[in-house]
Amino acid sequence: MYTQALNNLEAVTDVEDAGRNAAFQARVDNEYKIEPNDWMPEGYRKTLVRQISQHAHSEIVGMLPEGNWITRAPTLKRKAALLAKVQDEGGHGLYLYSAAETLGASREELNEQLLSGKAKYSSIFNYPTLTWADIGAIGWLVDGAAIMNQIPLCRCSFGPYSRAMIRICKEESFHQRQGYELLLTMCKSSQEQKDMVQDALNRWWWPSLMMFGPSDKDSQHSAQSMAWKIKRFSNDELRQKFVDATVPQAHYLGLTIPDEDLKFDEETGHWEYGEIDWSEFARVLKGDGPCNRQRMKARRKAHEDGAWVREAALAHAEKKKARKAQKAA
Amino acid sequence: MNDRLFAYTLRLADDAAILGQRLGEWCGHAPTLEEDIGLANIALDHIGQARALYTYAGEVEGKGRDEDQLCFLRKEREFSNCLLVEQPNGDFAETIARQFFFSAFMLPFWEKMKASRDETLAAIAAKAEKEAAYHLRHSAEWVIRLGDGTRESHERMQDAIELLWPFTGELFEADDTVKALVAEGIAVDPATMRDVWGETVKKVLGQATLEMPEEGWAQTGGRSGIHSEHFGHLLTAMQYMQRAYPGLKW
Ligand SMILES: [Fe+2]
Ligand SMILES: [Fe+2]
Ligand SMILES: [Fe+2]
Repeated sequence: MYTQALNNLEAVTDVEDAGRNAAFQARVDNEYKIEPNDWMPEGYRKTLVRQISQHAHSEIVGMLPEGNWITRAPTLKRKAALLAKVQDEGGHGLYLYSAAETLGASREELNEQLLSGKAKYSSIFNYPTLTWADIGAIGWLVDGAAIMNQIPLCRCSFGPYSRAMIRICKEESFHQRQGYELLLTMCKSSQEQKDMVQDALNRWWWPSLMMFGPSDKDSQHSAQSMAWKIKRFSNDELRQKFVDATVPQAHYLGLTIPDEDLKFDEETGHWEYGEIDWSEFARVLKGDGPCNRQRMKARRKAHEDGAWVREAALAHAEKKKARKAQKAA
Repeated sequence: MNDRLFAYTLRLADDAAILGQRLGEWCGHAPTLEEDIGLANIALDHIGQARALYTYAGEVEGKGRDEDQLCFLRKEREFSNCLLVEQPNGDFAETIARQFFFSAFMLPFWEKMKASRDETLAAIAAKAEKEAAYHLRHSAEWVIRLGDGTRESHERMQDAIELLWPFTGELFEADDTVKALVAEGIAVDPATMRDVWGETVKKVLGQATLEMPEEGWAQTGGRSGIHSEHFGHLLTAMQYMQRAYPGLKW
Protein backbone atom coordinates (compact mmCIF):
# COMPACT_ATOMS: atom_id res chain seq x y z
CA MET A 1 0.00 0.00 0.00
CA TYR A 2 0.60 3.33 0.40
CA THR A 3 2.72 5.47 -1.60
CA GLN A 4 3.57 8.08 0.84
CA ALA A 5 3.14 11.20 -1.14
CA LEU A 6 6.18 12.51 -2.89
CA ASN A 7 7.25 14.81 -0.19
CA ASN A 8 10.91 14.15 0.05
CA LEU A 9 12.08 14.00 -3.50
CA GLU A 10 14.82 16.27 -4.55
CA ALA A 11 13.79 18.52 -7.35
CA VAL A 12 14.79 16.75 -10.47
CA THR A 13 16.14 18.71 -13.36
CA ASP A 14 17.34 17.37 -16.62
CA VAL A 15 19.75 18.89 -19.00
CA GLU A 16 19.90 15.92 -21.26
CA ASP A 17 19.39 15.74 -24.93
CA ALA A 18 16.64 18.27 -25.47
CA GLY A 19 15.28 16.53 -28.54
CA ARG A 20 14.90 13.15 -26.87
CA ASN A 21 13.40 14.84 -23.90
CA ALA A 22 10.82 16.62 -26.02
CA ALA A 23 9.91 13.40 -27.79
CA PHE A 24 9.60 11.65 -24.45
CA GLN A 25 7.37 14.37 -23.08
CA ALA A 26 5.22 14.26 -26.20
CA ARG A 27 4.66 10.56 -25.71
CA VAL A 28 3.72 11.12 -22.09
CA ASP A 29 1.42 13.98 -23.04
CA ASN A 30 -0.31 11.73 -25.54
CA GLU A 31 -0.83 9.10 -22.82
CA TYR A 32 1.47 6.55 -24.40
CA LYS A 33 3.05 4.20 -21.89
CA ILE A 34 6.78 4.36 -21.34
CA GLU A 35 8.33 0.88 -21.27
CA PRO A 36 11.61 -0.15 -19.60
CA ASN A 37 13.62 -0.22 -22.82
CA ASP A 38 12.45 3.20 -23.98
CA TRP A 39 14.69 6.17 -23.49
CA MET A 40 13.70 8.18 -20.44
CA PRO A 41 15.13 11.17 -18.60
CA GLU A 42 17.35 10.11 -15.72
CA GLY A 43 15.19 12.13 -13.33
CA TYR A 44 12.10 10.24 -14.43
CA ARG A 45 13.82 6.94 -13.79
CA LYS A 46 15.08 8.03 -10.39
CA THR A 47 11.74 9.43 -9.33
CA LEU A 48 10.03 6.21 -10.29
CA VAL A 49 12.56 3.96 -8.58
CA ARG A 50 12.21 5.99 -5.44
CA GLN A 51 8.43 6.01 -5.51
CA ILE A 52 8.01 2.37 -6.51
CA SER A 53 10.50 1.11 -3.96
CA GLN A 54 8.99 3.26 -1.25
CA HIS A 55 5.66 1.73 -2.13
CA ALA A 56 7.13 -1.79 -2.11
CA HIS A 57 8.78 -1.22 1.28
CA SER A 58 5.45 0.01 2.63
CA GLU A 59 3.77 -3.21 1.56
CA ILE A 60 6.43 -5.23 3.35
CA VAL A 61 6.60 -3.22 6.55
CA GLY A 62 2.80 -3.08 6.47
CA MET A 63 2.72 -6.85 6.94
CA LEU A 64 3.99 -6.38 10.51
CA PRO A 65 1.19 -4.47 12.26
CA GLU A 66 -1.47 -6.72 10.75
CA GLY A 67 0.61 -9.85 11.17
CA ASN A 68 0.55 -9.02 14.86
CA TRP A 69 -3.04 -10.32 15.01
CA ILE A 70 -2.87 -13.46 12.87
CA THR A 71 -2.36 -15.78 15.82
CA ARG A 72 -5.14 -14.08 17.80
CA ALA A 73 -7.88 -13.62 15.22
CA PRO A 74 -11.25 -14.27 16.89
CA THR A 75 -12.61 -16.80 14.39
CA LEU A 76 -11.11 -19.20 11.86
CA LYS A 77 -12.80 -17.34 9.04
CA ARG A 78 -11.25 -14.04 10.15
CA LYS A 79 -7.89 -15.71 10.67
CA ALA A 80 -7.93 -17.01 7.12
CA ALA A 81 -9.04 -13.64 5.74
CA LEU A 82 -6.31 -11.80 7.62
CA LEU A 83 -3.61 -14.24 6.58
CA ALA A 84 -4.75 -13.96 2.99
CA LYS A 85 -4.71 -10.18 3.22
CA VAL A 86 -1.22 -10.01 4.68
CA GLN A 87 -0.12 -12.48 2.03
CA ASP A 88 -1.58 -10.21 -0.66
CA GLU A 89 0.47 -7.33 0.72
CA GLY A 90 3.59 -9.47 0.38
CA GLY A 91 2.54 -10.18 -3.20
CA HIS A 92 2.17 -6.44 -3.82
CA GLY A 93 5.69 -5.98 -2.53
CA LEU A 94 6.90 -8.60 -5.00
CA TYR A 95 5.23 -7.06 -8.07
CA LEU A 96 6.48 -3.64 -7.10
CA TYR A 97 10.06 -4.78 -6.59
CA SER A 98 9.80 -6.42 -10.01
CA ALA A 99 8.56 -3.16 -11.51
CA ALA A 100 11.52 -1.36 -9.92
CA GLU A 101 13.86 -4.03 -11.29
CA THR A 102 12.79 -3.16 -14.82
CA LEU A 103 14.38 0.23 -14.10
CA GLY A 104 17.66 -1.35 -13.08
CA ALA A 105 17.23 -1.32 -9.31
CA SER A 106 17.82 -4.75 -7.79
CA ARG A 107 15.74 -6.06 -4.94
CA GLU A 108 18.82 -6.62 -2.77
CA GLU A 109 19.93 -3.06 -3.24
CA LEU A 110 16.46 -1.71 -2.46
CA ASN A 111 16.14 -3.94 0.59
CA GLU A 112 19.50 -2.69 1.85
CA GLN A 113 18.19 0.85 1.58
CA LEU A 114 15.16 -0.08 3.65
CA LEU A 115 17.18 -1.85 6.34
CA SER A 116 19.75 0.91 6.61
CA GLY A 117 16.96 3.44 7.10
CA LYS A 118 17.91 5.28 3.93
CA ALA A 119 14.65 4.47 2.17
CA LYS A 120 11.29 5.52 3.54
CA TYR A 121 8.08 3.59 3.85
CA SER A 122 4.63 4.84 4.68
CA SER A 123 4.56 6.26 8.21
CA ILE A 124 1.15 4.80 8.90
CA PHE A 125 2.81 1.47 9.69
CA ASN A 126 4.65 3.02 12.58
CA TYR A 127 1.43 3.01 14.55
CA PRO A 128 0.57 -0.03 16.68
CA THR A 129 -2.32 -2.49 16.30
CA LEU A 130 -3.65 -2.67 19.85
CA THR A 131 -6.98 -4.41 19.49
CA TRP A 132 -8.76 -6.58 16.96
CA ALA A 133 -10.74 -3.54 15.78
CA ASP A 134 -7.45 -2.10 14.50
CA ILE A 135 -7.42 -4.85 11.89
CA GLY A 136 -10.75 -3.63 10.56
CA ALA A 137 -9.66 -0.01 10.83
CA ILE A 138 -6.53 -0.66 8.79
CA GLY A 139 -8.50 -2.34 6.04
CA TRP A 140 -11.12 0.38 5.96
CA LEU A 141 -8.95 3.47 6.41
CA VAL A 142 -5.41 2.53 5.44
CA ASP A 143 -6.27 0.39 2.44
CA GLY A 144 -8.98 2.94 1.70
CA ALA A 145 -6.50 5.81 1.65
CA ALA A 146 -4.07 3.68 -0.35
CA ILE A 147 -6.72 3.16 -3.01
CA MET A 148 -7.33 6.89 -3.31
CA ASN A 149 -3.61 7.39 -3.80
CA GLN A 150 -3.22 4.48 -6.15
CA ILE A 151 -6.20 4.55 -8.48
CA PRO A 152 -4.61 7.44 -10.40
CA LEU A 153 -1.37 5.44 -10.56
CA CYS A 154 -3.15 2.83 -12.66
CA ARG A 155 -2.83 5.45 -15.41
CA CYS A 156 0.79 6.24 -14.56
CA SER A 157 2.95 6.87 -17.63
CA PHE A 158 5.36 4.05 -16.77
CA GLY A 159 3.90 0.81 -18.14
CA PRO A 160 5.13 -1.75 -15.58
CA TYR A 161 4.09 0.43 -12.63
CA SER A 162 0.71 1.18 -14.10
CA ARG A 163 0.05 -2.51 -14.77
CA ALA A 164 1.18 -3.52 -11.28
CA MET A 165 -1.14 -0.88 -9.83
CA ILE A 166 -4.16 -2.17 -11.72
CA ARG A 167 -3.76 -5.57 -10.18
CA ILE A 168 -2.89 -4.20 -6.75
CA CYS A 169 -5.82 -1.77 -6.63
CA LYS A 170 -8.28 -4.60 -7.21
CA GLU A 171 -6.93 -6.39 -4.17
CA GLU A 172 -6.71 -3.25 -2.06
CA SER A 173 -10.35 -2.48 -2.67
CA PHE A 174 -11.25 -5.99 -1.61
CA HIS A 175 -9.22 -5.40 1.58
CA GLN A 176 -11.03 -2.13 2.14
CA ARG A 177 -14.47 -3.72 1.88
CA GLN A 178 -13.43 -6.62 4.06
CA GLY A 179 -12.14 -4.24 6.75
CA TYR A 180 -15.34 -2.25 6.69
CA GLU A 181 -17.45 -5.39 6.90
CA LEU A 182 -15.41 -6.55 9.91
CA LEU A 183 -16.16 -3.26 11.69
CA LEU A 184 -19.80 -3.37 10.71
CA THR A 185 -20.12 -6.83 12.24
CA MET A 186 -18.53 -5.60 15.46
CA CYS A 187 -20.66 -2.45 15.63
CA LYS A 188 -23.84 -4.47 15.20
CA SER A 189 -22.84 -7.15 17.69
CA SER A 190 -22.48 -5.26 20.99
CA GLN A 191 -21.79 -1.89 22.57
CA GLU A 192 -18.50 -3.17 23.92
CA GLN A 193 -17.32 -3.99 20.41
CA LYS A 194 -18.64 -0.74 19.02
CA ASP A 195 -16.59 1.11 21.64
CA MET A 196 -13.57 -0.85 20.54
CA VAL A 197 -14.20 0.23 16.95
CA GLN A 198 -14.64 3.87 17.97
CA ASP A 199 -11.35 3.70 19.85
CA ALA A 200 -9.64 2.30 16.76
CA LEU A 201 -11.10 5.09 14.61
CA ASN A 202 -9.91 7.67 17.12
CA ARG A 203 -6.37 6.37 16.84
CA TRP A 204 -6.24 5.72 13.06
CA TRP A 205 -8.17 8.66 11.64
CA TRP A 206 -5.51 11.36 11.71
CA PRO A 207 -2.60 9.14 10.72
CA SER A 208 -4.74 7.99 7.76
CA LEU A 209 -5.21 11.59 6.62
CA MET A 210 -1.45 12.06 6.88
CA MET A 211 -0.95 9.23 4.40
CA PHE A 212 -1.63 11.72 1.59
CA GLY A 213 1.46 13.68 2.51
CA PRO A 214 2.02 17.34 3.30
CA SER A 215 -0.56 19.89 2.35
CA ASP A 216 -0.19 21.37 -1.13
CA LYS A 217 1.12 24.66 0.13
CA ASP A 218 4.09 22.82 1.69
CA SER A 219 4.59 20.19 -0.94
CA GLN A 220 7.28 20.94 -3.49
CA HIS A 221 8.44 18.79 -6.31
CA SER A 222 5.11 17.57 -7.50
CA ALA A 223 4.89 19.76 -10.59
CA GLN A 224 7.48 17.64 -12.39
CA SER A 225 5.74 14.42 -11.36
CA MET A 226 2.49 15.86 -12.64
CA ALA A 227 4.09 16.71 -15.97
CA TRP A 228 5.52 13.21 -16.22
CA LYS A 229 2.11 11.79 -15.37
CA ILE A 230 3.45 9.87 -12.43
CA LYS A 231 1.20 11.95 -10.23
CA ARG A 232 -2.19 13.19 -11.35
CA PHE A 233 -3.82 14.78 -8.33
CA SER A 234 -2.40 16.91 -5.55
CA ASN A 235 -2.10 15.62 -1.99
CA ASP A 236 -4.93 17.81 -0.77
CA GLU A 237 -7.21 16.80 -3.63
CA LEU A 238 -6.73 13.15 -2.81
CA ARG A 239 -7.14 13.74 0.90
CA GLN A 240 -10.41 15.56 0.30
CA LYS A 241 -11.69 12.69 -1.83
CA PHE A 242 -10.85 10.30 0.96
CA VAL A 243 -12.57 12.37 3.62
CA ASP A 244 -15.66 12.78 1.45
CA ALA A 245 -15.88 9.04 0.86
CA THR A 246 -15.08 7.99 4.41
CA VAL A 247 -17.12 10.30 6.65
CA PRO A 248 -20.50 8.92 5.52
CA GLN A 249 -19.14 5.39 5.99
CA ALA A 250 -18.21 6.24 9.58
CA HIS A 251 -21.67 7.66 10.18
CA TYR A 252 -23.26 4.53 8.78
CA LEU A 253 -21.37 2.57 11.43
CA GLY A 254 -22.71 4.97 14.04
CA LEU A 255 -19.24 6.32 14.79
CA THR A 256 -17.94 9.79 15.44
CA ILE A 257 -14.99 11.14 13.49
CA PRO A 258 -12.53 12.49 16.06
CA ASP A 259 -12.50 16.00 14.62
CA GLU A 260 -14.51 18.78 16.24
CA ASP A 261 -14.11 20.99 13.21
CA LEU A 262 -15.58 18.50 10.78
CA LYS A 263 -18.60 19.90 8.94
CA PHE A 264 -20.35 19.46 5.66
CA ASP A 265 -20.16 22.41 3.31
CA GLU A 266 -23.46 22.52 1.42
CA GLU A 267 -22.06 24.80 -1.23
CA THR A 268 -19.02 22.79 -2.22
CA GLY A 269 -20.50 19.43 -1.32
CA HIS A 270 -17.32 18.57 0.59
CA TRP A 271 -16.62 17.67 4.19
CA GLU A 272 -14.37 20.30 5.73
CA TYR A 273 -11.94 18.90 8.23
CA GLY A 274 -9.78 20.39 10.94
CA GLU A 275 -6.08 21.12 10.93
CA ILE A 276 -3.81 18.13 10.73
CA ASP A 277 -1.06 17.98 13.32
CA TRP A 278 1.87 18.34 10.95
CA SER A 279 4.37 18.23 13.77
CA GLU A 280 3.29 14.65 14.47
CA PHE A 281 3.61 13.83 10.78
CA ALA A 282 7.13 15.25 10.64
CA ARG A 283 8.13 13.52 13.85
CA VAL A 284 6.96 10.06 12.80
CA LEU A 285 8.46 10.49 9.34
CA LYS A 286 11.76 11.38 10.94
CA GLY A 287 11.73 8.16 12.93
CA ASP A 288 10.09 9.05 16.21
CA GLY A 289 6.77 7.29 15.96
CA PRO A 290 5.40 4.68 18.34
CA CYS A 291 6.82 1.72 16.39
CA ASN A 292 9.48 2.98 13.96
CA ARG A 293 12.31 1.29 15.80
CA GLN A 294 10.39 -1.93 16.34
CA ARG A 295 9.38 -2.19 12.69
CA MET A 296 12.95 -1.79 11.51
CA LYS A 297 14.21 -4.17 14.14
CA ALA A 298 11.70 -6.81 13.01
CA ARG A 299 12.68 -6.40 9.35
CA ARG A 300 16.39 -6.59 10.17
CA LYS A 301 15.87 -9.62 12.35
CA ALA A 302 13.98 -11.45 9.61
CA HIS A 303 16.74 -10.53 7.18
CA GLU A 304 19.56 -11.63 9.47
CA ASP A 305 17.85 -14.79 10.69
CA GLY A 306 17.14 -15.75 7.11
CA ALA A 307 20.65 -15.12 5.80
CA TRP A 308 21.78 -18.73 6.19
CA VAL A 309 18.68 -19.94 4.35
CA ARG A 310 19.25 -17.64 1.39
CA GLU A 311 22.95 -18.59 1.32
CA ALA A 312 22.03 -22.26 1.35
CA ALA A 313 19.57 -21.83 -1.51
CA LEU A 314 22.28 -20.11 -3.56
CA ALA A 315 24.91 -22.70 -2.70
CA HIS A 316 22.56 -25.51 -3.62
CA ALA A 317 21.68 -23.90 -6.94
CA GLU A 318 25.40 -23.56 -7.70
CA LYS A 319 26.05 -27.20 -6.86
CA LYS A 320 23.22 -28.28 -9.09
CA LYS A 321 24.50 -26.20 -11.94
CA ALA A 322 28.00 -27.58 -11.53
CA ARG A 323 26.71 -31.16 -11.50
CA LYS A 324 24.70 -30.54 -14.63
CA ALA A 325 27.71 -29.03 -16.38
CA GLN A 326 29.84 -32.00 -15.36
CA LYS A 327 27.28 -34.41 -16.71
CA ALA A 328 27.09 -32.54 -19.99
CA ALA A 329 30.89 -32.55 -20.31
CA MET B 1 -24.09 -39.26 17.92
CA ASN B 2 -21.26 -41.32 16.55
CA ASP B 3 -18.64 -40.78 19.28
CA ARG B 4 -15.86 -42.38 17.33
CA LEU B 5 -16.45 -40.44 14.16
CA PHE B 6 -16.63 -37.25 16.20
CA ALA B 7 -13.35 -37.98 17.97
CA TYR B 8 -11.64 -38.99 14.75
CA THR B 9 -12.78 -35.96 12.77
CA LEU B 10 -11.75 -33.72 15.63
CA ARG B 11 -8.22 -35.14 15.59
CA LEU B 12 -7.83 -34.37 11.94
CA ALA B 13 -9.27 -30.91 12.52
CA ASP B 14 -6.92 -30.25 15.44
CA ASP B 15 -3.89 -31.36 13.41
CA ALA B 16 -4.78 -28.93 10.67
CA ALA B 17 -5.73 -26.05 12.96
CA ILE B 18 -2.64 -26.27 15.14
CA LEU B 19 -0.23 -26.54 12.23
CA GLY B 20 -2.00 -23.63 10.53
CA GLN B 21 -1.64 -21.63 13.73
CA ARG B 22 2.08 -22.34 13.94
CA LEU B 23 2.70 -21.49 10.29
CA GLY B 24 0.78 -18.25 10.70
CA GLU B 25 3.37 -17.12 13.24
CA TRP B 26 5.90 -16.81 10.41
CA CYS B 27 3.98 -14.25 8.43
CA GLY B 28 6.18 -11.21 7.91
CA HIS B 29 9.28 -12.83 9.39
CA ALA B 30 10.31 -15.47 6.85
CA PRO B 31 13.79 -15.67 5.27
CA THR B 32 12.54 -14.36 1.91
CA LEU B 33 9.46 -12.60 0.67
CA GLU B 34 8.64 -15.65 -1.45
CA GLU B 35 8.68 -17.80 1.68
CA ASP B 36 6.49 -15.35 3.56
CA ILE B 37 3.98 -15.89 0.81
CA GLY B 38 4.60 -19.64 0.51
CA LEU B 39 4.28 -20.36 4.24
CA ALA B 40 1.14 -18.22 4.42
CA ASN B 41 -0.25 -20.30 1.57
CA ILE B 42 0.38 -23.53 3.43
CA ALA B 43 -1.06 -22.04 6.61
CA LEU B 44 -4.18 -21.04 4.71
CA ASP B 45 -4.63 -24.54 3.33
CA HIS B 46 -4.48 -25.99 6.82
CA ILE B 47 -6.88 -23.44 8.25
CA GLY B 48 -9.27 -24.19 5.42
CA GLN B 49 -9.05 -27.92 6.14
CA ALA B 50 -9.57 -27.26 9.85
CA ARG B 51 -12.70 -25.26 9.13
CA ALA B 52 -14.26 -28.01 7.04
CA LEU B 53 -13.30 -30.69 9.55
CA TYR B 54 -14.47 -28.81 12.65
CA THR B 55 -17.73 -27.97 10.96
CA TYR B 56 -18.26 -31.62 10.14
CA ALA B 57 -17.24 -32.72 13.65
CA GLY B 58 -19.82 -30.31 15.03
CA GLU B 59 -22.48 -31.82 12.81
CA VAL B 60 -21.55 -35.34 13.84
CA GLU B 61 -21.64 -34.32 17.49
CA GLY B 62 -25.07 -32.78 17.02
CA LYS B 63 -24.87 -30.37 19.94
CA GLY B 64 -24.80 -27.24 17.85
CA ARG B 65 -21.09 -26.50 18.25
CA ASP B 66 -19.61 -24.74 15.24
CA GLU B 67 -16.05 -24.58 13.93
CA ASP B 68 -15.12 -21.70 16.22
CA GLN B 69 -16.55 -23.21 19.38
CA LEU B 70 -14.58 -26.37 18.71
CA CYS B 71 -11.36 -24.52 17.94
CA PHE B 72 -11.46 -21.69 20.44
CA LEU B 73 -13.39 -23.01 23.41
CA ARG B 74 -11.85 -26.39 24.15
CA LYS B 75 -9.10 -26.75 26.74
CA GLU B 76 -5.56 -28.13 26.57
CA ARG B 77 -6.47 -31.68 27.52
CA GLU B 78 -9.36 -31.79 25.05
CA PHE B 79 -7.16 -31.16 22.02
CA SER B 80 -6.19 -34.32 20.21
CA ASN B 81 -3.70 -33.16 17.59
CA CYS B 82 -0.47 -35.07 17.22
CA LEU B 83 2.56 -33.66 19.02
CA LEU B 84 4.46 -33.03 15.80
CA VAL B 85 2.24 -30.19 14.59
CA GLU B 86 2.35 -28.24 17.84
CA GLN B 87 6.16 -28.12 17.98
CA PRO B 88 7.44 -24.54 17.90
CA ASN B 89 8.58 -23.06 14.60
CA GLY B 90 12.20 -22.96 15.75
CA ASP B 91 14.49 -21.93 12.94
CA PHE B 92 13.44 -22.32 9.31
CA ALA B 93 14.91 -25.84 9.22
CA GLU B 94 12.66 -26.98 12.07
CA THR B 95 9.59 -25.55 10.40
CA ILE B 96 10.54 -27.30 7.18
CA ALA B 97 11.27 -30.62 8.89
CA ARG B 98 7.95 -30.52 10.72
CA GLN B 99 6.09 -29.80 7.48
CA PHE B 100 7.99 -32.42 5.55
CA PHE B 101 7.37 -35.20 8.07
CA PHE B 102 3.72 -34.28 8.34
CA SER B 103 3.01 -33.81 4.64
CA ALA B 104 4.86 -36.99 3.71
CA PHE B 105 2.27 -38.69 5.89
CA MET B 106 -0.77 -36.66 4.92
CA LEU B 107 -0.41 -36.99 1.16
CA PRO B 108 -0.88 -40.78 1.07
CA PHE B 109 -3.34 -40.45 3.95
CA TRP B 110 -5.69 -38.17 2.02
CA GLU B 111 -5.23 -40.28 -1.10
CA LYS B 112 -6.65 -43.23 0.77
CA MET B 113 -9.24 -41.21 2.61
CA LYS B 114 -10.83 -40.34 -0.72
CA ALA B 115 -12.19 -43.88 -0.70
CA SER B 116 -13.73 -43.50 2.76
CA ARG B 117 -17.32 -44.66 3.13
CA ASP B 118 -17.94 -41.38 4.88
CA GLU B 119 -18.80 -39.03 2.03
CA THR B 120 -17.90 -35.83 3.82
CA LEU B 121 -14.46 -37.05 4.82
CA ALA B 122 -13.94 -38.37 1.29
CA ALA B 123 -14.84 -34.97 -0.15
CA ILE B 124 -12.55 -33.12 2.24
CA ALA B 125 -9.80 -35.59 1.34
CA ALA B 126 -10.14 -34.92 -2.37
CA LYS B 127 -9.32 -31.26 -1.86
CA ALA B 128 -6.75 -31.81 0.88
CA GLU B 129 -4.83 -34.31 -1.25
CA LYS B 130 -3.98 -31.67 -3.83
CA GLU B 131 -2.92 -29.28 -1.11
CA ALA B 132 -0.78 -31.89 0.62
CA ALA B 133 0.97 -32.67 -2.66
CA TYR B 134 2.06 -29.04 -2.85
CA HIS B 135 3.09 -28.97 0.83
CA LEU B 136 5.18 -32.06 0.38
CA ARG B 137 6.86 -30.75 -2.74
CA HIS B 138 7.56 -27.38 -1.15
CA SER B 139 9.00 -28.81 2.06
CA ALA B 140 10.95 -31.62 0.38
CA GLU B 141 12.61 -29.11 -1.94
CA TRP B 142 13.70 -27.10 1.05
CA VAL B 143 14.98 -30.19 2.89
CA ILE B 144 17.16 -30.86 -0.15
CA ARG B 145 18.31 -27.25 -0.57
CA LEU B 146 19.20 -26.90 3.09
CA GLY B 147 20.69 -30.37 3.44
CA ASP B 148 22.77 -30.00 0.30
CA GLY B 149 23.44 -26.27 0.69
CA THR B 150 26.12 -24.87 2.98
CA ARG B 151 27.78 -26.54 5.92
CA GLU B 152 25.69 -24.45 8.31
CA SER B 153 22.40 -25.23 6.60
CA HIS B 154 23.31 -28.92 6.46
CA GLU B 155 23.93 -28.98 10.20
CA ARG B 156 20.77 -27.09 10.98
CA MET B 157 18.69 -29.35 8.77
CA GLN B 158 20.19 -32.48 10.31
CA ASP B 159 19.56 -31.11 13.80
CA ALA B 160 15.96 -30.35 12.93
CA ILE B 161 15.46 -33.88 11.60
CA GLU B 162 16.88 -35.35 14.81
CA LEU B 163 14.88 -33.02 17.00
CA LEU B 164 11.52 -33.84 15.46
CA TRP B 165 12.11 -37.49 14.65
CA PRO B 166 10.69 -38.80 17.95
CA PHE B 167 7.36 -37.16 17.14
CA THR B 168 6.89 -38.98 13.88
CA GLY B 169 6.01 -42.35 15.42
CA GLU B 170 2.73 -41.01 16.73
CA LEU B 171 1.48 -40.47 13.19
CA PHE B 172 1.18 -44.23 12.73
CA GLU B 173 -0.64 -45.00 15.96
CA ALA B 174 -4.05 -46.60 15.88
CA ASP B 175 -6.10 -46.74 19.06
CA ASP B 176 -9.53 -48.35 19.43
CA THR B 177 -11.26 -45.39 17.84
CA VAL B 178 -9.17 -45.65 14.71
CA LYS B 179 -9.33 -49.43 14.58
CA ALA B 180 -13.11 -49.51 14.81
CA LEU B 181 -13.48 -46.86 12.10
CA VAL B 182 -10.97 -48.65 9.87
CA ALA B 183 -13.11 -51.77 10.19
CA GLU B 184 -16.12 -49.74 9.09
CA GLY B 185 -14.30 -48.44 6.04
CA ILE B 186 -14.39 -44.88 7.32
CA ALA B 187 -10.89 -44.24 8.65
CA VAL B 188 -7.52 -44.87 7.08
CA ASP B 189 -5.30 -47.35 8.86
CA PRO B 190 -2.21 -45.26 9.60
CA ALA B 191 -0.02 -48.33 9.94
CA THR B 192 -0.40 -48.92 6.20
CA MET B 193 1.26 -45.58 5.59
CA ARG B 194 4.52 -46.56 7.23
CA ASP B 195 6.28 -47.93 4.19
CA VAL B 196 5.39 -45.19 1.79
CA TRP B 197 6.23 -42.54 4.38
CA GLY B 198 9.54 -44.22 5.12
CA GLU B 199 10.39 -44.39 1.44
CA THR B 200 9.60 -40.74 0.86
CA VAL B 201 11.66 -39.65 3.83
CA LYS B 202 14.56 -41.90 2.91
CA LYS B 203 14.62 -40.71 -0.67
CA VAL B 204 14.47 -37.02 0.19
CA LEU B 205 17.01 -37.22 3.02
CA GLY B 206 19.28 -39.14 0.68
CA GLN B 207 19.10 -36.45 -1.95
CA ALA B 208 19.68 -33.90 0.75
CA THR B 209 22.84 -35.75 1.91
CA LEU B 210 21.25 -36.05 5.34
CA GLU B 211 21.26 -39.02 7.62
CA MET B 212 18.08 -40.86 8.42
CA PRO B 213 17.77 -41.22 12.20
CA GLU B 214 17.53 -44.69 13.66
CA GLU B 215 14.12 -46.02 14.50
CA GLY B 216 13.79 -45.57 18.19
CA TRP B 217 11.71 -44.22 20.96
CA ALA B 218 8.58 -42.43 19.83
CA GLN B 219 6.94 -39.82 21.98
CA THR B 220 3.16 -39.97 21.99
CA GLY B 221 0.22 -38.60 23.91
CA GLY B 222 -1.29 -35.96 21.67
CA ARG B 223 -4.29 -38.08 20.67
CA SER B 224 -5.28 -38.45 24.32
CA GLY B 225 -4.64 -34.80 25.14
CA ILE B 226 -1.18 -35.10 26.68
CA HIS B 227 0.62 -32.24 24.94
CA SER B 228 3.92 -30.40 25.16
CA GLU B 229 4.61 -27.59 27.62
CA HIS B 230 4.38 -24.95 24.93
CA PHE B 231 0.95 -26.09 23.80
CA GLY B 232 -0.85 -24.04 26.44
CA HIS B 233 0.92 -20.93 25.21
CA LEU B 234 -0.23 -21.62 21.68
CA LEU B 235 -3.83 -21.90 22.91
CA THR B 236 -3.44 -18.77 25.01
CA ALA B 237 -2.79 -16.71 21.92
CA MET B 238 -5.16 -18.58 19.64
CA GLN B 239 -8.12 -18.48 22.02
CA TYR B 240 -7.51 -15.05 23.51
CA MET B 241 -10.36 -13.22 21.83
CA GLN B 242 -13.02 -15.85 22.44
CA ARG B 243 -11.97 -16.13 26.09
CA ALA B 244 -11.72 -12.40 26.73
CA TYR B 245 -14.96 -11.55 24.93
CA PRO B 246 -17.16 -14.63 25.18
CA GLY B 247 -20.30 -15.09 23.14
CA LEU B 248 -19.85 -12.22 20.67
CA LYS B 249 -19.99 -12.08 16.89
CA TRP B 250 -16.85 -11.15 15.01
FE1 LIG C 1 -0.43 -0.56 -1.62
FE1 LIG D 1 -1.01 -3.78 -0.62
FE1 LIG E 1 -4.12 -4.02 1.20
